Amino acid sequence: MSGGPFDGKAVVTGAGKSQVGRRLGRTGLDLTIEAVTRAIADAGLSVDDVDGIASYPGPGVPDLGFSGASITEVRNALGLRSRWYLSSTETAGQIGPAIEACMAVTLGLANHVVVYRSVWESTAQAGAGRASVLFGGGTVSGHLEYTGPFGALSAANWLSMPAQRYMHDFGLTREQLSAIPLNARANAGLNPDAIYRDPLTLDDYLNARMISEPLCLFDCDVPCDGATAVVISRRDAAAGLPRHPLTVESVGTGMFERATWDQRVDVTTMAAHDVAATLWEHTTLRAADVDLAQLYDGFSFLTVMWLEALGFCEHGKVGPFIEGGERIALNGPLPLNTSGGQLSGGRLHGMGFLHEACVQLWGEGGERQAPNSPEVAVVGVGGGPVGGAMLLSTR
Amino acid sequence: MTDTHSPAYARPERRLLPQPTAESAAFWTGGRDGQLLISRCRACGHFFHPPGPVCWRCRSTDVGPEPVSGRATVAAYTINRQPWIPGYPPPYVVAMVELADEPDVRLITNIVDVPLDEVRVGLEVEVFFEQWPAQPGPDDSPVWLPLFRRATATVGGAR
Repeated sequence: MSGGPFDGKAVVTGAGKSQVGRRLGRTGLDLTIEAVTRAIADAGLSVDDVDGIASYPGPGVPDLGFSGASITEVRNALGLRSRWYLSSTETAGQIGPAIEACMAVTLGLANHVVVYRSVWESTAQAGAGRASVLFGGGTVSGHLEYTGPFGALSAANWLSMPAQRYMHDFGLTREQLSAIPLNARANAGLNPDAIYRDPLTLDDYLNARMISEPLCLFDCDVPCDGATAVVISRRDAAAGLPRHPLTVESVGTGMFERATWDQRVDVTTMAAHDVAATLWEHTTLRAADVDLAQLYDGFSFLTVMWLEALGFCEHGKVGPFIEGGERIALNGPLPLNTSGGQLSGGRLHGMGFLHEACVQLWGEGGERQAPNSPEVAVVGVGGGPVGGAMLLSTR
Repeated sequence: MTDTHSPAYARPERRLLPQPTAESAAFWTGGRDGQLLISRCRACGHFFHPPGPVCWRCRSTDVGPEPVSGRATVAAYTINRQPWIPGYPPPYVVAMVELADEPDVRLITNIVDVPLDEVRVGLEVEVFFEQWPAQPGPDDSPVWLPLFRRATATVGGAR
């Protein structure tokens, strides 16, 4: 379909994933190379055909497995000749670099850009609590300056407050919220690469250990080792490639308020709401046209935010929308997080959702393939003050 | 004590501490004089947080710390149950409080001396300060963390 910010020129031509697991003992670079080379091969290309590379977050962030490999490391390891490259954290969520790759190919700065995200947090943090590793020095700075002194060190704390206020204002219950992790687990059971595949029941959820009320253990995703990658190409450069190109119909990059976890005017909304508004500005497609949703679930409440931000239900009405889980089930009208998401599949940190959207649009989900033969998929990534979205189609 | 059922607040063995910057020093040290100092724009009159060199509303750079009443309302809260910091055991209440002087301004803080099941949205609270020793750094001042407890004196309002 033409139109949209890239006029139909930006397409996804391949996707790849490394081994995914807990404490694999492999380096971030090793996992990254596996995902990147699989994505390139999946697109029917060789490394020599790829002339762009992009990733989140790049170097310069506390490591601990959060940044599996910088693009410099990957370029050097593969001898990749790039005409365009970029890594960024200050961008539209963890898929921001994929959005920027769409711009690069549309403008002709590159023909084929491989975009990846890799983590090896499970191995890097093994044997030591994340907090003790990060904060052993006893001091906090940056945005943690205003949260860390009060013991609010984790996004679990920062997000449980808006979740509590949303439940207070709109009556969302834990039983309703459980639909998100229970759906993720049901789908993970069909995904051989998922971390947690054993069935999860409502009782398990309601009796789970609280992390930061109202969020319990099963509302929080699971750190893992793994990398995901896609190849974004310009449509005319993709002629003759084996896969049906997936059109990037629109992207959401809005950020209308100060990017903080606590100063947004309405604490029951997030950056996702601004991102979604810009996603729909650029396209004539609407939420009702979407057949498949891959929505960030670093915490279950974030998926709730994405669902209402994208307009699948009205603000405040997400409880009845997800109650019971039928609407979001694999065989429902809006299959959600079909690989198990990050809650059960593992924290591939955003790019896993883009990867899964592509797999499903190509009809290659195997046991977990959505039976509604999706043609339009939305990907929403990030939480709190971080967010980016993409709308993909087979058209 | 305002409530005999309340577990009296005990200062934790350890907190992670800020290293005040030129911009944040007033916020972290106002407690020395019992004052909660919040950045205020002298052009439009609004308070804002966190501190910075410019007002995000009107973009005036005529800004600086000013004392507020220390009264606030709980906007949202969580009971943290996960041990994150050795020496600061859970449970404890982390809250966003909205300042009476400027409800758009929220602070992340702890609500203490209130039974866990009595913390709620709308609870009126007031500031007190907890002093911690200086951390090695460019500014070696002690810091005074603003914590909140149930408001006691009521000015024309019910508790």
